[in-house]
Amino acid sequence: MVSTSTISKEYVYGLLAEVVDPEVPVLSIIDLGIVREVFISDDKTEIVITPTYSGCPAMQRIEWDIKTALLEKGITNASVKTILSPAWTTDWMTKEGKEKLKAYGIAPPNPTASVCSTDLFAAAEAVQCPHCSSYHTIRVSEFGSTACKSLFKCSDCQEPFDYFKCH
Amino acid sequence: MATEISIGNLTQPINESTDQLILYTLHLADNALILGQRNAEWTGHGPVLEQDIAISNIALDLIGQARMLYQYAATLINQATNQLINHSTNPAHTEDTLAFFRTGAEYKNCLLVELPRGDWGVTVLRQFFFSTYQYFLYHELKNSADETLAAIAEKSFKEVTYHMRWSAEWVIRLGDGTEESHDRMQKALDQLWAYTGELLTPGDFETEPDGKIVVDLRSIKVAWTNKIQEVLSTATLQIPENKWQQSGGKQGRHTEHLGYILSEMQYLQRTYPNAQW
Repeated sequence: MVSTSTISKEYVYGLLAEVVDPEVPVLSIIDLGIVREVFISDDKTEIVITPTYSGCPAMQRIEWDIKTALLEKGITNASVKTILSPAWTTDWMTKEGKEKLKAYGIAPPNPTASVCSTDLFAAAEAVQCPHCSSYHTIRVSEFGSTACKSLFKCSDCQEPFDYFKCH
Repeated sequence: MATEISIGNLTQPINESTDQLILYTLHLADNALILGQRNAEWTGHGPVLEQDIAISNIALDLIGQARMLYQYAATLINQATNQLINHSTNPAHTEDTLAFFRTGAEYKNCLLVELPRGDWGVTVLRQFFFSTYQYFLYHELKNSADETLAAIAEKSFKEVTYHMRWSAEWVIRLGDGTEESHDRMQKALDQLWAYTGELLTPGDFETEPDGKIVVDLRSIKVAWTNKIQEVLSTATLQIPENKWQQSGGKQGRHTEHLGYILSEMQYLQRTYPNAQW
């Protein structure tokens, strides 16, 4: 066992940067912005995370993966605490995370300004095609393959793609 | 005088305010779980792939909300009964025991959510009634003096905004659609309308003298009614003139449909208690 007095927050954050979202494995949990705090004391290491969506089935897995990643480095006293408030937003996703998403073929989220509108039949946001970079795209469905994504199609290159929707 | 909470084979008097908070939390959780379970019946059977995915996503969000609420209810029950019960013989409650081991009469969901899924028109109209209710409810619950309920409401509010918008668009698209889609939507409205009043009629656990924790349903009734009327009118649908409203779910008196959905949902845990995979 590693003595917790010798490990730093930066070291723990470095380990957490290796833990990926099981649904979108190019994104680390740091990229996603779900790690809210790391507390280190003499007898425990506490990681505070917040869920993306309330029903996201990846959260349990992420919790195990965090504990495993720390355990592999001899940190045996790690615990994961989930908080709900303040609620996660895609604005917390890092710039690197957004670039990785695009390279992976998923359009990254736009800033959230318009997301909570209750207006019906509003024009879909301008979403850039991750394949050909055209903005000439149409929304096929507001709900996609996972809770965090919606379905789009590019009118220029004709490719369908996922959009990591604003939240 | 505290009422009795009966959960599984456990019946213990708990002090009145805790009792009310537990019942309120269970009521919110039961609404979300039962509608989530109903909507999940569409998974693999939706009218088109994209909408199959949409209703399944909504089901997942609702079950996620239910889990957070049941976890909180379990914590409250365990704390309240800690002095009264020997946990070595009576295992603590969890989200799973609350979902899988309570009987129909212990479920406090509104009747609307347990009705059969019907055709797509019934499903989207029911979702619209319910999501509009949740939208205004969570908007207020975000300010609850109970920090956990407030946090759950804040988390869920954004998801529910999507649900309300999606279902309202479908109500309009089908109501103001073809002759057949209009007729089916009007039939759905005639069938469901009598089950909407219960959403906004306070149960015993929703009346609170100082009104700090639970949402006063009278405060959201006008907003709910305005939104519903606006969308139904755009959808060219007529609200039935019959004013009779069904009730009973909040007291545990349910339609016959709840028993069937619980049988299906609870079968595995009732048959093989505590089975895991």
